Amino acid sequence: MEYHLQTPLKREDIEKLNAGDIVYISGEILTARDEAHARILEMEEKGEKLPFSLEGAVIYHCGPLMQQTESDWEVVSAGPTTSGRMSKMTPPILKTHEIRAIIGKGGMKGVADALKNRCVYLAYTGGCAALAAELIKEVKTVHWLDLGMPEAVWVLRVKEFGPLIVGIDSKGKDIFTEVREKAEKVLEKLDKQN
Amino acid sequence: MSSKISRENFIRSVADLLRKAEIELPDDVVDALRKAEAREENEVAKSQLRAILKNIEIAKNHGVPMCQDTGIMIFFAELGTEFQPGFDLEAAIRNAVTLATMEIPLRPNAVDPLTRKNSGDNTGAGIPDIHWKFVPGKQLKVTVAPKGAGSENMSALRMFNPTEAGSIKNFVLETVINAGGMPCPPLTLGLGIGGSFDKAARLAKEALLEPLDTPMNEFEKGILDAVNSLGIGCMGLGGSTTALAVHVKTAHCHTASLPVAVNIQCWANRHASIVFGEEK
Repeated sequence: MEYHLQTPLKREDIEKLNAGDIVYISGEILTARDEAHARILEMEEKGEKLPFSLEGAVIYHCGPLMQQTESDWEVVSAGPTTSGRMSKMTPPILKTHEIRAIIGKGGMKGVADALKNRCVYLAYTGGCAALAAELIKEVKTVHWLDLGMPEAVWVLRVKEFGPLIVGIDSKGKDIFTEVREKAEKVLEKLDKQN
Repeated sequence: MSSKISRENFIRSVADLLRKAEIELPDDVVDALRKAEAREENEVAKSQLRAILKNIEIAKNHGVPMCQDTGIMIFFAELGTEFQPGFDLEAAIRNAVTLATMEIPLRPNAVDPLTRKNSGDNTGAGIPDIHWKFVPGKQLKVTVAPKGAGSENMSALRMFNPTEAGSIKNFVLETVINAGGMPCPPLTLGLGIGGSFDKAARLAKEALLEPLDTPMNEFEKGILDAVNSLGIGCMGLGGSTTALAVHVKTAHCHTASLPVAVNIQCWANRHASIVFGEEK
C-alpha cells in the first residue's frame, strides 16, 4: 500500500501502516541525531523544558549540509544517517513524548517494543541526499546550533517526502530483524555445507 | 601539463577534483547500479535502487553532493621520482580540502576523536589522510576517495590463525550480516589479506578503488555470490543485491599470522583522479 500523510501525525495515521508499505510525508519534520538525542535526555533528566515540541512529531535522523544565505538557511543535501546509533537513546524519549514517526536508515535494533501502538520507523534510502534536498521546501528554524551543523535540530517543511518504507510498524513487525534472521539462517546452511 | 605547476593551480585542480568526486560517480559504479535495478525482483528493493539512480541524476544535474555525508578525505598519491613541484604538496592538498569545503560546500566532518570538537574545514591532525607511493616518472597522480562513516563504521579486521584461511569467507559474511542496512547497500567490499595489522586495512581500502567491472577471480566471486545469497538487499530491506563487487588485495605476511580486513563501501563508491606533469 502507498500512503500520503500530513503532519502533525495522529495515532490513527500510523496505526494503519504495515511493514513494507510506502509512505510520503508532507508538513513539518525535525532532524535529530546523536548529540541532539543526548541533550534531550540530559535536559529531561534535569527537568528542563525543550525549546521544541515532540508531540505528534516526525523525527528525521539526519545531519544535513546547510548553507547560510544573508537572511536564511538553505538545504544543500540532507539524506538519512544510520539510525542504529540512536537505538539506545530512543526508547526513553518515546516514553515521555508522543513521537509518531522516526525516519532514518538501516533500522533500529531493539526498538520495536518501544514503538508499539504509538510510532513507526520509516526507512529512507540512505545516501539519497540530493533527492531529499529537493523535497525539503523550507528551513523553518534551527535549535542547538552550538552542537554543530550536522548535530543541530533543524525544523524543516517537506513536501511528499519519500519514498519511505515502513521498516517497523506500530504492531511490532520489523523488516530489518526479519531480513537479518533470514540471513543468519542462510549463513548456518552455508556453514554446514563447508 | 608541465611538472612546474604553480601552487595556486594545483590547489584549484585538487579542489575541483573533490567537487567531481562528491557530485558524480564513476561510470562503472553507475553502470553496476543500473544493472542491479534491472535484475532486482523484490519491489521494495527496486524502489530503493530507483531512488538511488534518481538521486545520482539530481546530484549531477544540480551540481550538489550526492550524499550529505560528504565524508572525510582519503587521498592516494603516486609521486613520480622526477616530478618536482617546488612547493609543499601535503600543505597544498590540505588547503584544497579547506577551499572545497567552503566552495562546494562540504559538510565539516572532521572532529577531535576525544573532545569531538569540529575543526570546521575537514582538516585536522592526520586528516586529510594522504597515502604516498613513489613511482618512476615525471608525473603525480592524485586520487581522492571521500569516505562516509555509515559504511566505514561497519568495516572489520581480524587477526586469524595462519591455518584458518578457510574461515575468511565466513568472516566476511558475518561482517555483512552484522552491518545489515546500516552501511547503505548495495555494497562494494574491499578485502585486504596478509601484510600486517595496518597493512591489511590499507590493502582493503585500496581494493575499493578497483573499477567495479574488473573481472573477479573465483575466490572473489565465491564471496560475492555468498553475500548476495544472504538476502539483505538494498538498504537492508531484503532483496538479491547486497553487494555489487568483491575485490581482494593480498600481501605476504608473517608465517605466524593471517590478518584479514574487510572495508565496506556504500553504494556511493566515490572517487576521482587527476594526473599532473608530463608523460615522459
